[in-house]
Amino acid sequence: MGETITFWVLAVVSVSAALGLVLSRRAVYCALMLGVVMLSLAVLYAVQDAPFLAAVQIVVYTGAVMMLFLFVLMLVGVDSSDSLVETIKGQRFWAIVAGAGFAVLLGLAVGNAVLSPPAGLLGATQTAGGNVPALAQLIFTRHVFAFEVASALLITAALAAMVLTHRERLTEKPTQRALARARFLTGGSVVLPGPGVYARHNANDMPALLPDGSVSELSVNRVIARHDVEDERFPDDPKLAEAIKQAVEEESK
Amino acid sequence: MTTHYLVLSALLFAIGAVGVLVRRNAIVVFMCVELMLNACNLAFVTFARQHGNLDGQIIAFFVMVVAAAEVVVGLAIIVTIFRTRRSASVDDANLLKY
Repeated sequence: MGETITFWVLAVVSVSAALGLVLSRRAVYCALMLGVVMLSLAVLYAVQDAPFLAAVQIVVYTGAVMMLFLFVLMLVGVDSSDSLVETIKGQRFWAIVAGAGFAVLLGLAVGNAVLSPPAGLLGATQTAGGNVPALAQLIFTRHVFAFEVASALLITAALAAMVLTHRERLTEKPTQRALARARFLTGGSVVLPGPGVYARHNANDMPALLPDGSVSELSVNRVIARHDVEDERFPDDPKLAEAIKQAVEEESK
Repeated sequence: MTTHYLVLSALLFAIGAVGVLVRRNAIVVFMCVELMLNACNLAFVTFARQHGNLDGQIIAFFVMVVAAAEVVVGLAIIVTIFRTRRSASVDDANLLKY
């Protein structure tokens, strides 16, 4: 009875999280949804007499793999959203049709199979004295070659990641002098104002004032500015309000 | 109960497959591949219990190991492509087309 309740709760959670993973626009939400699916699958493993796999699922997947995904999202840019342009005509429609057909086909095949009640793993694990010793016995005897190959694969993957992401320095490292020179020659803003410098408020959504009294758009956090424009929350000073609006407009261009 | 688990696994696999076909962001496509691998693992664990045989759990374990290696290399490739092309969209990497 307990297993049935666990299954139905986790089935609903994991399927809706998987749908969220496919439908969510933002990549970070997708990662969180995937984490939910993985955690609920870990509990399902634990329910199905696989405590070792449940632990490995949490440690390897939600621990290591999800962390890696989030790190790469951070590197690539959190707001790298999907383009909605279809490169192949009707691809989305036909993909959904194919996916639904696939699910129905698999579901019907599984549903039509006549299965005896599960044999349970008690017999397989009893002689070794538990799930983990039984798995260890199998891994280190019958599957020991695959185990060694897996270790070689992991080392190769780690090396490959280092080789792939390594960047050879082709030019000399720019000195501070060269950097300053480049900044002055391009004529851009010479010094970036720190937030709150010269401002009359130290709130995050208040732009800093430049030495000549004009507003520095660079000092406004664009996410906060966008929220301010959407909610029509503007400071009393018309000059500041105009600057915030401009910053958002420039960003949306 | 076995049927329930298998249907759930099939459903998750199909959702992951649709995600791979529909999404453009390479990282999200990768996450959907992970979802498909997880769905397969659920089926393996279920069959292990159905047959009273631990081999299914061993295979699921090895799938996890291979998936970890695959994620490392895949994400490294995505980072490299992003560095050269400033985009993580799978549509932009089309130099080998035609």
